Amino acid sequence: MTAAAPAIALRQTAAMSKRSILALVRQPALVVPSIIFPLFFAALGTSSFGRATGLPGFPKVDSFLDFSLAGTIVQGVLFGSVQSGSALATDIENGFFFRLLASPTSRLGILVGRLMGAAAYGAAQTAFFTVLLIPFGLHVKGGVAGAVVMLVSGGLTAIAVAGFMAAMALRTGSSEAVQGIFPLVFIALFFSSAFFPRQTMSGAYRHIANANPISYLIEGLRDLCITGFTASACAKALLVPIGIMVVSFSLALRSLAKRVAAQ
Amino acid sequence: MNTTQFSNTHLSAMRSSRALSARGMRNMRRLPSTFIPTLAMPIFQAIAFSGTFFAITKLPGFPTDRSINWYLPLAVVMGSAFAGVGLGFTTIRDIETGFFDRLRMSPTPRSALILGSLIMTWVRTVIVVTMVVIVGFGFGARLTGGVVGILCLYVASIGLATVSAGWGLGIAYRFRDMRGAAIMQLTLFLVMFLSSAQTPLYVMTGWLHAVARVNPATNVLRLSRQGFLGDVTWNGVWGGLLALVGGSILTLTFAYTGLRGLERD
Repeated sequence: MTAAAPAIALRQTAAMSKRSILALVRQPALVVPSIIFPLFFAALGTSSFGRATGLPGFPKVDSFLDFSLAGTIVQGVLFGSVQSGSALATDIENGFFFRLLASPTSRLGILVGRLMGAAAYGAAQTAFFTVLLIPFGLHVKGGVAGAVVMLVSGGLTAIAVAGFMAAMALRTGSSEAVQGIFPLVFIALFFSSAFFPRQTMSGAYRHIANANPISYLIEGLRDLCITGFTASACAKALLVPIGIMVVSFSLALRSLAKRVAAQ
Repeated sequence: MNTTQFSNTHLSAMRSSRALSARGMRNMRRLPSTFIPTLAMPIFQAIAFSGTFFAITKLPGFPTDRSINWYLPLAVVMGSAFAGVGLGFTTIRDIETGFFDRLRMSPTPRSALILGSLIMTWVRTVIVVTMVVIVGFGFGARLTGGVVGILCLYVASIGLATVSAGWGLGIAYRFRDMRGAAIMQLTLFLVMFLSSAQTPLYVMTGWLHAVARVNPATNVLRLSRQGFLGDVTWNGVWGGLLALVGGSILTLTFAYTGLRGLERD
């Protein structure tokens, strides 16, 4: 391997990332649901549950909108990341993936490029939701620093989820199978503190939400919005997605190795 | 048309409707993947909503202290509504595969094309309602309105399935491809959630209260919840019945005119 090899691999990965971002920009119909639905639920929740903020167990918040921002971001990023895995599966279905394998392209770059595209979209979604909701009364107590951490967290969460989707895409080669995971993502989101605090839940439901890492990710993001820029909020918002990312990326790498070996 | 011709036409329509609904039943048995989501989603929704929003029952004046009693009827009627629009998906598939053209070329009365599908939807709805209610009782739902209360839930569900089936068919006959599926689902989703789906009217604030107050889905949900929030009252029933009858007439007319348009093209 020459000294220039890493630089070439980096350029190839950047080109792959650019391709996956352009695919989203050029096909807005693919991404619109992951923007519209979280915003719809945020608007709905603010009007439906505005009076619930005074209930015991609810954190001290100025409005339900402040409380719901974290759930809105994670919801959007989860839904958006399914598209990333689905796009990789489509590449396999239509043969583009095999053309990439036949070319002298970095194998890792194929996967990382796709995940970087997801990360860029996740960060863009986070920024969009935050900026759009400010005129409706949203206050991010963590300030600019808090918003930057939220942005990074959005990107990392997107990589973490897209990693699982990429693993599924590489294993099955079917976009339908990847889309089939969507209900599981939805379940993982609902059995967490995305829409209401864990402290207000009871019984088995509360135990599941306590065991669900998404609860802690959301609470980290939420604390940045409703409490301020604190070390514990930053740790939760960044370390939880990193932890999930390590697992999902390892799975995706194994699936990639198997698929490459099978060719 | 004399009396004999009239009764023959009706007999033919009944036979065709029965055959078409039997075909739908067979499809349900042979392709369970098309029916299972219709059943799984309301069960998930009932459990997830009542678990997530458990604390909402602690708001002063909330009509029940069991969150499942509030969210189970919502899940049941939403499941029924989606079972109804499922008919639209099936029809689009039949149009795309050419099966619908063969039906149109056959001497089947046109009314049977709608009625047969509707009968199948009603059977699917009854299965969904029964299964979800059984699971709901397992998760702690309690009937407060007796047999009449559960009857209200069935009426609301079958009525809403009829309305959404009419809507789904109308869209399917007009769009004739899967673009229509997104419109069917999205509109239904919006109509259902912009109502008292999540919280009672008095809990809502701002724009949603204004929208939900005039949304007929609020009346349908009130009807469906009659058996779970106290005694059944005529005040809680008549608005829902009116909304269902009016909605059914409108959407079935929409479906019938769509079918006529399809015939002309």
